[in-house]
Amino acid sequence: MVNILFVAPCVFAFLMIIIIPFLFGLYYSMTDWNGVNNAVKFVGLKNFKDLFSKPDFLYSFLITIEYTVINIALVNIVSFSLSLIVTSGLRRRNFYRAGFFVPYLIGGIVLGYIWQFILNNILVDIGKTLSIEALRVSFLSLPNTVIWTMSVVNTWQYAGYIMLIYVAAIQSIPASLMEAASVDGANFFTRIFRILIPMMANAFTISLFLTLTTSFKQFDMNLTLTNGGPATRFLDTPVKASQLLAMNIFNTATANQMAEAQAKAVVLFVVLLVVSLLQVSASKKKEVEM
Amino acid sequence: MDRERFHGIRLHPFKPGMLILEIVTIILFVLFMVPFGMVVLNSAKTSKEIIFNALALPSSWKQLPTNVSLIFNNPTVNYGGAFLDSAVITFFSLLVIVLFSSMCAWVLVRNKTKWSTVLFLAFVSAMVIPFQVLMYPLVRWMRVSGDFLHIPLLGTVPGIVFAYLGFGSPLSIFVFHGFIKNIPYELEESATIDGCSRSRIFFSIVFPLLQPIIVTVLILNGIWIWNDYLLPLLMLGSNGAVQTIPIAVTAFAGAYLKQWDLILTSTLIAMLPVIVLYLFAQRYIIKGMVEGSIK
Repeated sequence: MVNILFVAPCVFAFLMIIIIPFLFGLYYSMTDWNGVNNAVKFVGLKNFKDLFSKPDFLYSFLITIEYTVINIALVNIVSFSLSLIVTSGLRRRNFYRAGFFVPYLIGGIVLGYIWQFILNNILVDIGKTLSIEALRVSFLSLPNTVIWTMSVVNTWQYAGYIMLIYVAAIQSIPASLMEAASVDGANFFTRIFRILIPMMANAFTISLFLTLTTSFKQFDMNLTLTNGGPATRFLDTPVKASQLLAMNIFNTATANQMAEAQAKAVVLFVVLLVVSLLQVSASKKKEVEM
Repeated sequence: MDRERFHGIRLHPFKPGMLILEIVTIILFVLFMVPFGMVVLNSAKTSKEIIFNALALPSSWKQLPTNVSLIFNNPTVNYGGAFLDSAVITFFSLLVIVLFSSMCAWVLVRNKTKWSTVLFLAFVSAMVIPFQVLMYPLVRWMRVSGDFLHIPLLGTVPGIVFAYLGFGSPLSIFVFHGFIKNIPYELEESATIDGCSRSRIFFSIVFPLLQPIIVTVLILNGIWIWNDYLLPLLMLGSNGAVQTIPIAVTAFAGAYLKQWDLILTSTLIAMLPVIVLYLFAQRYIIKGMVEGSIK
């Protein structure tokens, strides 16, 4: 009896907030739900078939993949380098470690505005004062630089967090192993690439997965940094150059195309599901090898 | 564990490599901090000053308190109210998440039945579900069930706290589960023999032992709830009686387009509580974040 009372609050909230809405979500993606009309009609997979002929969705999907790939590279390179820095014998290394983590504490909404100001005002001001042609136009206003710029902002936010994961991995490597390598005459780079990185395989899997899923779900910073802009063209249709998948879903729903938004969200869910299954099987395989 | 741990690749001190590393690190550190510096600098300027020169030092730092009072006394956006609501929502969400998730996790660990395994797996696998796929059905479902129960779940603090319990508990149960597994069962066994009731065993023996992991759960959920935007937007609305800080910040940016003096000051006030907390509890926060991600 006590058992049931103890699990009841969480199970109830879990059912009400996640499971039931989730099942409704799957169902609505196969209906003509418009958010206004209470009666919904089942339409099968029509919404999903229609997605393939929507340039704005295809474009959002492609740039989300682009954004994710850039993030994986950028975030992990920067955070791995930072983790090497803060585990080196540097003075004040704990101070630096604490500082690099600060951006992670700031929410996407707030930091989006801050970076909008920096990119549209500060950098442009610098460009004008120092007559640097490349800086005179904001990186956020050009379709071919805006995705990279969002990745840089995202790296600024997440690098400190991923760094902590790498630091924990580095500090769990037995000291004797590194000493033996030094004694045997392995230089700095050999030690990093032959010992450190292979020993950190698990941390790389975690970081890869975290970067991938957070990039794919990116919304807050996207909203306040660019709100999807600037305008560009894709398949002869005007689209928003930086409208990532989550924002595309949001804007579709705001336009009362609820069923279409649900179908897009289900696609996002399937992508994340496949990625998670891959990650689980990858880490299982590693456990066997160990 | 007494096995000596490796603490990083050490270069020999006083080598030129060390000096270069130090310089590179300082440059990187400054780059990371520049955005915050710019916010502080420009929060102490008038809109005109910012347009004239965003990089210059403010002509008078007295403009900073002026801007702050402009934010709190603004007629269109109730920033003070949003601040208070955010604090209340975060506090009560954390309270119910810690209490109910730890209770649930304890039962799932100590009762090895088919049901507890199924339930645990359900919680864990639900973490894959992105918010986007259920957010609109959730709003509709909350309206329907709120009407049915005669409890308003939309636009109210209890409603959103309940939602945070639903979204926060899977990860929290997972983290508590891992910790409770390693608490020796003998402690609870001897208490049972002494005639202690099940619920007393949890509250007077197990719960106090959870202290370190409670800090982790508080931090993991606290950062996310304080900064969360979409759930409050959908459940509370952008003009509702109950507001949160991220919604108030977007309201400022929407109402005062490009008036960076106000927008930046509002972001500064939004960041301040988290940063102050971080200065005091930095060690716990870093430890909590690492534990939350690796588990």
